[in-house]
Amino acid sequence: MTTTSPLAVEATGLVKVFGDTRAVDGVDLAVSRGSVYGVLGPNGACKTTAIRMLATLIRPDAGSARVLGHDIVTEADAVRGAVSLTGQLASVDEDLTGRENLILIGRLLGLKRAPAKDRATELLEAFGLAEAASRLVKNYSGGMRRRLDIAASIVVTPELMFLDEPTTGLDPRSRNQVWDIIRALVAGGTTILLCTQYLEEADQLADGIAVIDHGKVIAEGTPGQLKASVGSGALHVRLLDPEQRPEAEQVLERELGSVALEPDVSALSAPCADADRGAEAVAALTRSGVRIADFSLGQPSLDEVFLALTGHAAEEGPDGPGGSVRERQAA
Amino acid sequence: MSAGATTTQADLGADANQALVRKAIASTARPPRAGALAAALTFGWRGMLKVKHVPEQLLDVTISPVMFVLMFTYLFGGAIAGSTGDYLDYILPGILVMSVLFTTVYSGVALNTDLTKGVVDRFRSLPIWRPAPLVGSLLGDSVRYLVAGIVIIVLGVILGYRPDAGVVGVAAALGLVVLFAFALSWVFTTIGLLLRSPNAVMNAGFMGIFPLTFLSNVFVEPDTLPAGLEAFVDVNPISILTTAARGLMEGNADGGDILIVLGVAAVLTAVFAPLTTRLYRRA
Repeated sequence: MTTTSPLAVEATGLVKVFGDTRAVDGVDLAVSRGSVYGVLGPNGACKTTAIRMLATLIRPDAGSARVLGHDIVTEADAVRGAVSLTGQLASVDEDLTGRENLILIGRLLGLKRAPAKDRATELLEAFGLAEAASRLVKNYSGGMRRRLDIAASIVVTPELMFLDEPTTGLDPRSRNQVWDIIRALVAGGTTILLCTQYLEEADQLADGIAVIDHGKVIAEGTPGQLKASVGSGALHVRLLDPEQRPEAEQVLERELGSVALEPDVSALSAPCADADRGAEAVAALTRSGVRIADFSLGQPSLDEVFLALTGHAAEEGPDGPGGSVRERQAA
Repeated sequence: MSAGATTTQADLGADANQALVRKAIASTARPPRAGALAAALTFGWRGMLKVKHVPEQLLDVTISPVMFVLMFTYLFGGAIAGSTGDYLDYILPGILVMSVLFTTVYSGVALNTDLTKGVVDRFRSLPIWRPAPLVGSLLGDSVRYLVAGIVIIVLGVILGYRPDAGVVGVAAALGLVVLFAFALSWVFTTIGLLLRSPNAVMNAGFMGIFPLTFLSNVFVEPDTLPAGLEAFVDVNPISILTTAARGLMEGNADGGDILIVLGVAAVLTAVFAPLTTRLYRRA
């Protein structure tokens, strides 16, 4: 029956086809118990589809996976008994109050009436939602909704939790709170599969990362290995005059080897491992008459990871490609 | 609450409290799974809560039946049955059937609306009896059907309707109609899962239920109809349900009619409940 595999998630060749799109195209994953595993990719890179398969919401068209030792197709019910899902759309009922949401989930998980109520109170308190407990969720802020969503996922503490872009759209303060909650969950022994489009988020939380693009895993490793593969950072330059961008592009390509254009028409960036070389590149720009508004050396963004790994930029998401990592650094 | 220093957002100044979060995470053992019935009843409770928060949604099941009763009794009653009083006796059970069956379309609309929300993913990822969300919301809807039915009957009594079989007969008729409505709503939940938008479900639903209801004996005795139409009206399950309901309320019900109604309800449920469950699982 159930073998106690050291792996919480073990996926081999998962495929999901929608129409003529291979949304997930042969994904292998190995997530060890008690760890946080980041699945990193741009919007539409199949992260959600992969998670929905592992959480037994949809069936794979090919390949197989075991979650906590249970097959996701033939033992779907056993999988459901040990995991929880926090979806990309907040998986809470907007037409109920926060308290009612938690009682509902508690009752569905088998708690009796009184324990379900007590548990709801305890969680509302812990997640800073006690005052909003009797308000309808549709009136919650984005951060409150996310916290309620995560609270609903731990009404009974799961062995494995799927978190699909838990901080997308949150302000920095709410995001930090969600990160703290995730850390507390890990400390409590829960395994977490975290989908994110932010390298910074994966870097902060994950022990291992798989980078996904066009339905395939294109790189895998620890955050350190991943960043090493793209260089430890990048030089970001913003020009006074957007007209000079082609010229700046040539100079940076010569100095640093490769260069990426940013969505901002006056900005560009280049992988740059070392500060001296960065300073030299900036100097070279100035020498060639390119006028610089500002520049910075920063962590590689998702876009740079993609550029380094695939030679193409991450697709445009609502935040622009990889833009949010930098926005946060600026904030 | 805790450390919320200078809060600028509308979060009620509240933050998650790390110590309490850790305690909350540590403090649960997994309870035994919820039984099928308990899970379904919990979803029924969810339906009731929605009515509690937005009581206006009961308007559609109360206002339109009242309008139907008044309109048919006073506008057409004299012309069809000679007097409004006689027609009320004939039409009241019919309108009871009609308004409750019309309400079933909304079950499909509500399910379609639900599917666009993220919460369905959570329900489907829980270790519960698979049809529980569907059975539960239909049980909740049955309470709406009951409200619609009671409104009609109370209004009838106010207007002078005095059923021979008294409270027991009326309750039996109401029970039969609600039971049939529960079975019929599986058809609309199936439609609700097949079509793309709540509006499409509403249109398709009424396109079906409207002619079926009017081509029945709800409003007129079928023997005045052309032969072909009469034949259809006679075998229309809605006619048989209406006849059975009239019989129960008047105390002269035909056991055969009731059996046919129960049979049709069983067949509808047996075909469309599994179909809905299957579609829901893959939605």
